[in-house]
Amino acid sequence: MKKITFWGMALFSFLSTVSTTFAEDDAAKPTQLGLHEAASPQMERISHFHNDLLMWVITVIVIFVTALLIWVMIRYNKKANPTPSKTTHHVMLEILWTVVPVVILIVIAVPSFKMLYYLDRTEEPDMTLKVTGYQWYWGYDYQDNEGVSFLSYMIPEDQIDESKGQRRLLSTDNPVVLPIDTNIQIIVTAADVIHSFTVPALGFKKDAVPGRLNETWVRIEKPGIYYGQCSEICGTNHAYMPIEIKAVTKEEFQEWLIEAKEKFAAVNDNSPLQIAALQGVK
Amino acid sequence: MAHDHKPGFFTRWFMSTNHKDIGTLYIIFSIVAALFGGWFSMMMRHELGDPGLQLAENGQQWNVWITAHGLIMVFFVVMPGLIGGFGNWFVPLMIGAPDMAFPRLNNISFWLIVPAFLLLVASAFVGVGAGTGWTVYPPLSSLTGHPGASVDMAIFALHLAGASSILGAANFITTIFNMRAPGMTLHKMPLFVWSMLVTSFLLVLSLPVLGGAITMLLTDRNFGTHFFNPEGGGDPILYQHLFWFFGHPEVYIMILPAFGIVSHIVATFSRKPVFGYLGMAYAMVAIGFVGFIVWAHHMYTTGISVNTQAYFTAATLIIAVPTGIKIFSWIATMWGGSISFKTPMLWAIGFIFLFTVGGVTGVVLANAGMDTSLHDTYYVVAHFHYVLSLGAVFALFAGFYYWIGKMSGRQYPEWAGNLHFWVTFIGVNLVFFPQHFLGLAGMPRRYVDYPAPTIPEEMIGPFHNPIEKIKWIIANEDYGYHLWNYVSTLGAYISGFSVVIFLCVVFYTLFFGRKVGANYWDVEPQTMTFEWTLSSPPPFHQFEIQPTMK
Repeated sequence: MKKITFWGMALFSFLSTVSTTFAEDDAAKPTQLGLHEAASPQMERISHFHNDLLMWVITVIVIFVTALLIWVMIRYNKKANPTPSKTTHHVMLEILWTVVPVVILIVIAVPSFKMLYYLDRTEEPDMTLKVTGYQWYWGYDYQDNEGVSFLSYMIPEDQIDESKGQRRLLSTDNPVVLPIDTNIQIIVTAADVIHSFTVPALGFKKDAVPGRLNETWVRIEKPGIYYGQCSEICGTNHAYMPIEIKAVTKEEFQEWLIEAKEKFAAVNDNSPLQIAALQGVK
Repeated sequence: MAHDHKPGFFTRWFMSTNHKDIGTLYIIFSIVAALFGGWFSMMMRHELGDPGLQLAENGQQWNVWITAHGLIMVFFVVMPGLIGGFGNWFVPLMIGAPDMAFPRLNNISFWLIVPAFLLLVASAFVGVGAGTGWTVYPPLSSLTGHPGASVDMAIFALHLAGASSILGAANFITTIFNMRAPGMTLHKMPLFVWSMLVTSFLLVLSLPVLGGAITMLLTDRNFGTHFFNPEGGGDPILYQHLFWFFGHPEVYIMILPAFGIVSHIVATFSRKPVFGYLGMAYAMVAIGFVGFIVWAHHMYTTGISVNTQAYFTAATLIIAVPTGIKIFSWIATMWGGSISFKTPMLWAIGFIFLFTVGGVTGVVLANAGMDTSLHDTYYVVAHFHYVLSLGAVFALFAGFYYWIGKMSGRQYPEWAGNLHFWVTFIGVNLVFFPQHFLGLAGMPRRYVDYPAPTIPEEMIGPFHNPIEKIKWIIANEDYGYHLWNYVSTLGAYISGFSVVIFLCVVFYTLFFGRKVGANYWDVEPQTMTFEWTLSSPPPFHQFEIQPTMK
């Protein structure tokens, strides 16, 4: 697949396309220059808006300003132009460099608003995932049917098994399993301090604020493993509470739900999640 | 000057009411604080040079570093340097006044900021330190997140620094409105004075809101109030609104004086008056005004309603217009000029270019939808360092080289100033440009460690051939953010070296610099400001005969 890179546009001022082959998960690549490959309509719109509009606009502006600077430095240095001109006003020019930026901003703002309202929420959720941020792990509640609840911790560095495809600082003991092609309403809150729930390839980010229920949504298009990391400073282990989403087909999801109900039923009776939730109520 | 009656050393430097001496104190303070803030940057970049923990014992220690770095650079380097330093020195000189309106107020403004700095530095050694980020968001900054006394000390530090700035700003407003030379109407006032006037209004209007917010935080922490505590009916988001109602004007407080300095330098070295003077002055007024109605663009992901996000997107985009006017007017000033590339001009041109790069990424971040991907990532870090570290700080250096002859009576060696510029320019771009890539790839900010495979012991550390190490990373790592972090860290070592060059230039200039006359840049009559009519350094008390402006 073709991917527009930041490097090509910003440094060399032309578009370079490189083919990127992704492994089985979407963890960032060392040489990555741009946004993650989109795996949801949300991220597709963000990528499109960034790569096909914003990058062009800002690259052209930077090149234009740089070219002007280089030109004046060559043409109007002391040697090339010993006597300075006396011009200090040019009404047309001043109107022009006020109006043209306004037009450019309108060109940016219209698709920006469309995207913003699309990203906000879904009118017709097929399922709901409630996410709770704790110092320093995530709690997940599947609220439909009888529901499943569990906690998700980062796998410590010394237990990472590269052969299983586990990633340092990204893999968790209990990934969040979600079905593809499903409108998933995500409710985000926190029990202690503010955290932020995000997965770059899926195009959502919502702060988890104690005392508030924030809402966002996602529709995952491809099965796979998607990683995210807490994105609001939350104390000493801020860097150690990743988000791992395992996207599966709807059938696989139903099977997983049955397994998960059994697996987490025993834990649920006196899980730290419920204890923490109770403490929150007090 | 023979007729000067300078007080003795202690009286002169510790009880000073002279605007030039207080300006000098501010500049020395700013440089000392910059060494502290810069030391934290070096530790942070060294920490992030490789995956795993290098220097920090844990995440809390890291959080203390980033907090100290941010607060020091904002409140104790950029503000004292640009406003307290150059503002104190040159506002009275440029408007033809003998001193500031309230010299004793000026004294206490300076002497409040010293204990503020000491409190902040001391807070790092109390308990686990204040690891809240410079934004000090509750509940992380409440008892929930920081039970010790360190956050209380940091709050007191901000109270003192804020009081210092409010008093200073009131002093500037009074001075500028009442003490201008006859004939100098507002529309004839030098642009640096305009920038200080707008900055002072921003300070007076925004700092009390910060003071309120952190006082509420203090009572939440110590006296059982619940302003920001949801369990008591409060709301953490209220704090964010209050903080950013101050915080956004604050970033313009740091950049507006830089605009003023750059305008003077570009005009002087192009030997042409500033293009579109009125447009330049009112662009700053517009930026100051709009700066008060865009605060929630720092809060797009906090759950504010979608209509609110849309409003703040629109308002934020508008800032690009007056900023564009300034960039184009500087270029138009150079257009048709007769430019000489002395060190201050290099810094000014560097400022214009880098501020443009930082400005366009600001346009990207202004979009609430786009912010879904970029909020709290390294893209934001790259953006605000391009406008502050490479914008405001470049203007600090530009002003330093432009005016050091005037302030000390001695001139720096031109080749050394050039060397300092180029090493800094290369270093800081190497630090911050790759951070755009990290941010787009999703690396969150304020992270002590990042995803990447564990690397063998012998590959850790800076003392490798960089090219070999980069090749090794590309060949051996299949995921993570190591590569660009390593490149960024290399840039930090170069930037650190540039600081050493700067200190050498300062010492050489002060002790061995060539002595200079009143108008050592040969400023043309049409761009002349009053400071160039005085000897270098100016007499202890200047303008005993009031100058007039035609």
